[in-house]
Amino acid sequence: MHISSITPEFIWAILWLPLAAFAVIAPLIRPFPGKAEPASFISIAAVGVSFVLSCWLLISVWNADGHQILVNGLNWLSITNGPVFNFGLLLDPLSAIMLVVVTSVSLMVQIYSRAYMHSDASYRRYFAFISLFTASMLGLIMSANLLSTFIFWELVGLSSYLLIGFWFHRPSAVAAAKKAFLITRIGDIGFLAALLLLYSRTNTLDILTLNSSAVTAVLSGSVLTLAALGLFLGAVGKSGQFPLHIWLPDAMEGPTPVSALIHAATMVAAGVFLVGRMYPLFEAAPHALTVVGIIGAFTAVFAGTMGLVMKDIKRVLAYSTISQLGLMFLGLSVGGVWVGIFYLFNHAFFKALLFLGAGSINHATGTFDMREMGGLRKKLPWTCACFTLAALSLAGIWPLAGFFSKEGVLAAVWDKQPVLFAFAIVTTFLTAFYIFRVVFMVFAGKYRGEQHLHESSKSMLLPMLILAVPALASGWLNANGGFEGLFEGHATHGFLEGIVGLLAHPLAWISLATAGLGILLAYVMYIKVWIKPDRLKGGLHPVYAILTRKYWMDDLYENLIARSLLYRGAFQIAQWFDHVVIDGATNGVAAITKAAAKHTSRTQNGALQLYALVAVMGALIIALVVILV
Amino acid sequence: MNLDLLRPEICLAVTAVVVIAVDLLCRHKWLVTVVSIAGLLASAGLALSLSGGASQSIGNGLFALDAYAIYFKFLFLGITLLAILASVDYVNRLPKLNGEFHALVLTAALGAMLTAAAQDIISIFLSIELTAISLYALVAMLKNSKSSESAVKYILLGAVNSAILLFGLALVFGFSGATSLHGIWQAVHSIRPENIAENAGFLLGSALTLSGLAFKIAAVPFHMWAPDVYEGSPTPITLFLSTVSKLAGFSILARFVIMTMSFQSDALSNTFGITLAVISAASMTAGNLLAIKQHSIKRLLAYSSIAQSGYMLMLIATAPINSSPSTDGYGYSLLCYMIAFALAELAVFTVIIIASKHADHDTTDDYAGLAKRSPLLACAMTLGLLSLMGMPPLVGFLGKFCVFIEVAQHGLVWLVIIAVVNSVISAYYYLKIIRTIWMEAPASTDNIKSSIAPKLVLLVSCFGLLLFCVLPMLLIKYFEWLGLHY
Repeated sequence: MHISSITPEFIWAILWLPLAAFAVIAPLIRPFPGKAEPASFISIAAVGVSFVLSCWLLISVWNADGHQILVNGLNWLSITNGPVFNFGLLLDPLSAIMLVVVTSVSLMVQIYSRAYMHSDASYRRYFAFISLFTASMLGLIMSANLLSTFIFWELVGLSSYLLIGFWFHRPSAVAAAKKAFLITRIGDIGFLAALLLLYSRTNTLDILTLNSSAVTAVLSGSVLTLAALGLFLGAVGKSGQFPLHIWLPDAMEGPTPVSALIHAATMVAAGVFLVGRMYPLFEAAPHALTVVGIIGAFTAVFAGTMGLVMKDIKRVLAYSTISQLGLMFLGLSVGGVWVGIFYLFNHAFFKALLFLGAGSINHATGTFDMREMGGLRKKLPWTCACFTLAALSLAGIWPLAGFFSKEGVLAAVWDKQPVLFAFAIVTTFLTAFYIFRVVFMVFAGKYRGEQHLHESSKSMLLPMLILAVPALASGWLNANGGFEGLFEGHATHGFLEGIVGLLAHPLAWISLATAGLGILLAYVMYIKVWIKPDRLKGGLHPVYAILTRKYWMDDLYENLIARSLLYRGAFQIAQWFDHVVIDGATNGVAAITKAAAKHTSRTQNGALQLYALVAVMGALIIALVVILV
Repeated sequence: MNLDLLRPEICLAVTAVVVIAVDLLCRHKWLVTVVSIAGLLASAGLALSLSGGASQSIGNGLFALDAYAIYFKFLFLGITLLAILASVDYVNRLPKLNGEFHALVLTAALGAMLTAAAQDIISIFLSIELTAISLYALVAMLKNSKSSESAVKYILLGAVNSAILLFGLALVFGFSGATSLHGIWQAVHSIRPENIAENAGFLLGSALTLSGLAFKIAAVPFHMWAPDVYEGSPTPITLFLSTVSKLAGFSILARFVIMTMSFQSDALSNTFGITLAVISAASMTAGNLLAIKQHSIKRLLAYSSIAQSGYMLMLIATAPINSSPSTDGYGYSLLCYMIAFALAELAVFTVIIIASKHADHDTTDDYAGLAKRSPLLACAMTLGLLSLMGMPPLVGFLGKFCVFIEVAQHGLVWLVIIAVVNSVISAYYYLKIIRTIWMEAPASTDNIKSSIAPKLVLLVSCFGLLLFCVLPMLLIKYFEWLGLHY
C-alpha cells in the first residue's frame, strides 16, 4: 500500500494542535464555572489528531530519502552580519519515533485522567497544563535548532513544575516542585554553557550542521569534549541521573497520570533523546561518551538498590525509572543511538502502564503504601493482569518487549565495555527483584488495609489495556531488525527468527536466569516467606539504613550544600561584605558621631558613612588597579 | 547652535513648566496628568521627526543626534509614559503633590534623554545631575520618615559620587586637554605602552569617572545605596530609579567606554576590560546572593536589579578589549536586554504600586495568594519575574541569550559561565515569590481594585514580554529602522 508523504502543514499541526488546546483551555480556567468536561475533550482530541499525524509522519520518514524530512521554519532571528537562527523542524527516525511515543502515551494518559481526576476541582487547569506539556515536549523533539530545543526544554521543565505542584495545598508537593525545577536547572547550566560554547566556535546552532562539523572535525579536541559534557550535564538533570537524581522520587507528589506521562515515559527521557540527537558529537568525543556510559551504569545500580527498600509503590517505580534511564544512557554509550532509543521506546509503554496501574491501585485502596495493600488480585483482576504483564516486561522476560531492548544493551556492553557489563547484569537482577516485590506485596496474600475495594472504571482500564499491547509486543518491532535498520540501515532477518533466534545466544540465557533469580528471591521472601524480610532487615541493618536514607544524598544536598556551603558559606561572605564588615567598621567611625546624633533619625546610625566609605574605597581600589597593573 | 535638533528635549522642558502652571492655576488635578502625557507624546513625535537621518552633533559636539541617542529618547519617553500611567492612582491619593510629581518626573526624563545624547564631559555631568536632582526631590516626596531617610541617604551618597565623578572628569580633561569624548579618544590613542607612566593621572581620572558612573547603575561596590533608597522611596519613584535612571547611567557608561577606551596598549585594554568584568561578576553574584534572604519585596528587587546591572555590564566590559571607537559599534544585544529589563521592571513594579495600596508594609508575604485576589496582577508579576529570571519564551531570555553569546564570542567565557550559574541562583528567589503568589493562602480576601490606566500598563508590558521573544525580528527591524548597526 502506498501512503502519500506528509506535507509540512500537517507536520506543523502536530505541534500546534496541543498548543492551541492549551490556549483554548487556559483562559477558561476562571471565567466559566460549571462544566469542566469540554476541556478534557478538546485536549484529548488535539493530542489524538497529533498521534495520528505522528504515525503518518513516521511512515513518511520511513519512505523518505535518507530517512529524513526537513521543514523550513520560522526565521526567528536574523541580523545582518550577526547571528541567524532558523527554527525549522528536523524529522528523522529518532524524532519520528519519539513523536509517536509522546503522543500515544499522552493520549492514553489523558483518557485515563478523565476518570482519575474526575472529582478534582482543578480539572480544567490539569488538562491545560498537560496540553502545554505535550506541546512543549513535541517542540523539543522536532526542533532542528539546538536553541529552540533549549527553549522547549525549559518549557517542559516549567510545565513539569506546574504539574508536580498541581496539588499545591500540600506543602510536600510545593517543595517537590521547587526541588525539581531548581535541580534540573543546575543541569541546564551545562546545556546553556554547551550552547554558548558551540555557537562561539561555529556561529550556528543548527543540529545537522553541528553534527556534521563534529564528523568533519571542524569541531574537535577539548572544545568538543566540553560541549558534549555540557549537553550531557543537561541530560543528567532532566533524566534524573546521579548526582542530580534526587528530584525525581519527590516528583511523585504530582498526580499519578502525570508521573506516568512526564516522570516515567516522556520528559525524563528527554535527556536520552538529547544525547541521541547530538550523537555524532558524542561519537567524536569518545571521552564524553565513556562518561555517559559510566554515569549511566552507575546510576542503574545505584538507583536500583534504593528501589529495593521503598515502601511507597510510586517511589519504587521512580527509582526504577532512574535506574532504567541509566541503562538507556549505557546503551547509547556502547551501542549507538538505536540501542538507547529502542530501550526508551519500549520502556515508555510498560513504565507508563505500571504507573497507571499504581494509580488504579491507589484509586481502590486510597494509599500508595504497600504495607496497606495485599491480596488485590481478586478484587482488581484487570489491574493485576496489566501490572504483572508490565512488570514481566520490565524484568526483561522473553518474549515481552523489555527482553528485546535489554538484550540490545547487554549485547553491546558485553562487546565494548565488559567492566560495565557487571553493572548491567546486577541491574537486571535488582530490577526483577524489586518489581516482583511490588507485585507480590500488592496482589498476593491477604488485604491488609481497611478500604472497600473495587476495580477501576472502564475508562481507566481501557487505556491500560491498550498500553498493555505495546508493553507486550513493542519489542517485536526489532525482531526482523526493522527498528535498528531505521537508524543504521543494516540487513534484516526474518521475524520469527528474530524473536526466537535471540534465545540461541548464551547472553539471553544469562540475562533470563538473572531476572528469574530476582523473581525467585522475591517469591521466596514475600510469598513463601522462607526468608523473612524483617530478619534480613535486621541482619543487614547498616545496608538497609543506607538504602532507606537514600545514601544520604538528600541530606548531602540540603544540609551540606544548600545549608552549609551556600547559606553559611557564599551567602555569609556576601553578607559579611554588606553587613559585618560595614557594621564592624562603622561602629568605629560611628562612635564619634553617635554621641552627638543620639536624638536624630536613623540616618545617622553610621550606615550612611560606611556606604560612602565603601564607595570611595571601591573607586580608589579601581584606580589603583588601573594605574598599577 | 542648531537648537532645533533638541526639540524633543525642549518640548519636554516646556511641558514640565506648563505642568507646574496648570497645577497652580487649574482646579482639575487630572489635567496635570493629561498635560504630562500629551507632552511626552509630543516629544516622542518630535523625536520621530528626527529619526532616520545621519548622525549629527549639536552645539559644537555637546550632544549627539545619532541612532543610539534616538533609541534612548524613545525608550525613556515610553517608560516615563507608562510609569506615569501606572502611578495615576498612587498620585491621586497625594493631591497636594500632583504637580510636583509630574513636573519632576518630566525633568528627570529630560535629564535621562540628554544623558544618552551627551558626548562632552560638561554636558555629561550636567545631564546626569539634572536627573539626579529631580530624583532626590521625588524620593523625599512622601515626607514620612522612611521617605525622608532614603532621600537623605540618596542625596548624601549621590553627592559623594558626584564628587568622585567630577574629580575624575576634571583629571581626564586636565591630561587630555579635551572635553569632547572624541578629543579624549585621541588623547587615549596617543598613549603608547612606553609612556603609560606619564599618563597615570589620566588613567586615575578614567577610573574615577567609571566609578562615578557605576554608582548610577548600582554596580558593586557602589550599590549600597540602592536597597535602602529603593525600599524607602514612593514605589513609582522606585520604578523610575530602577529603569530610567539606571538605563540613563548605562547609556552614558556604554558611550564613554566605547568611545574613549581604545588603547594602543593591550595591557591597558585588558586592565580596563577585566576590571569592568570583575565589577560585573561581583554585581550579579552579590546581588543574587543577597536577594535570597530579603523579606521586603522592594529590597529584594533592588538586589535583583543590582544583579541585572551585572548582566548588562558584561557587554560593556568587552568593549575595551575589542575596541572599535565608532558610534556604530553599539551592539543590539545590550539594547535588546534593556528593553527586556524595562518591560519586566514595569510589570513587576506596577503590580507593587497597585497592590501596596492596601498595605503600608511590603513584605513578600503580603503577596501570598495574590492569584486568588487578582489574577491579572498575579500573571503580570509572574511574567515579569520569569522574564528577569531569563525563562523562555519571555523576552528576558532573548536578552540574556544574545548578551551571553556576544560576550562568549568576545572571549570572556569565564564571565559567561559565572552569569549562567548566577541565573540559576536567581531562579531560587524569583521562584519563591511566584510560589507565594500562586500557591499560598491569601493574607486577606478583599479584591484589589485599580483604575484602568495601571491595568493598561500591565497589559502592555505583559504583551511586550511575550511578543518580543516569539518575534524578535520586530526588535531587530526597529533597530535597523533607527539606523543602528549590529
